[in-house]
Amino acid sequence: MLNILYFASLKEALGQAEETISATEFSTVENLINTLSERGEQWAGALLHNTNLQIAVNHDIASRDTPLSSGDEIAFFPPVTGG
Amino acid sequence: MPFPCIKIQQEDFDLTTEINNLRKGHKKIGAVVAFVGTVRDLNEGDDIAVLELEHYPNMTEKALEDIRLKAHDRWNLQTSLIIHRIGKMQPCEQIVLVAVTSRHREEAFHAAHFIMDYLKTNAPFWKKETFANGDTHWVDARMSDKDAEQKWLSR
Repeated sequence: MLNILYFASLKEALGQAEETISATEFSTVENLINTLSERGEQWAGALLHNTNLQIAVNHDIASRDTPLSSGDEIAFFPPVTGG
Repeated sequence: MPFPCIKIQQEDFDLTTEINNLRKGHKKIGAVVAFVGTVRDLNEGDDIAVLELEHYPNMTEKALEDIRLKAHDRWNLQTSLIIHRIGKMQPCEQIVLVAVTSRHREEAFHAAHFIMDYLKTNAPFWKKETFANGDTHWVDARMSDKDAEQKWLSR
């Protein structure tokens, strides 16, 4: 089971803030992105083809090749703009 | 509270109160440097009515604490505090406070600058602007912020 979070413009583009996926076949963030991007153009544009995509796994900045295991929290978001 | 030196809050903060608390009981402090970021009323030429700050709960606190500890590793500091507001704000309101204390001014000046530069590019906050006509826009990240962070790597 994976908990997935979306923030800011990504959350608005995809129309959801959070979801849980009960699957064990995702070995890396890349695998997860590929599967989510099969949902349609909007998803592929926001994740697979998004060169500015920022990724965090369990609250640490991650990359597409970061390994995943059950229970992980994965977050997708645009570059940060605080301060 | 897991991170007493990090505060994420909707309400405004009082600079004098925060600095007094930061100095309380620390007799070795000889320098206090505080940076306050405020909401501009203009960004890329349009009138901003409301600025909304979204954040990633839990990761934000962790990212800010990581940055704060990096500054303590790098300079000889006494105490430090980061406050970042979330939710809706109007032009001229305070958004962020970084306050650092040390024995001598040099350390505190550098550390406050370092913390702000890292916060800009590493802490998960996102700004959304609402203009006077009701249009909304997510603020784009600036290359100059990334450059500012990179400069610290070669210092």
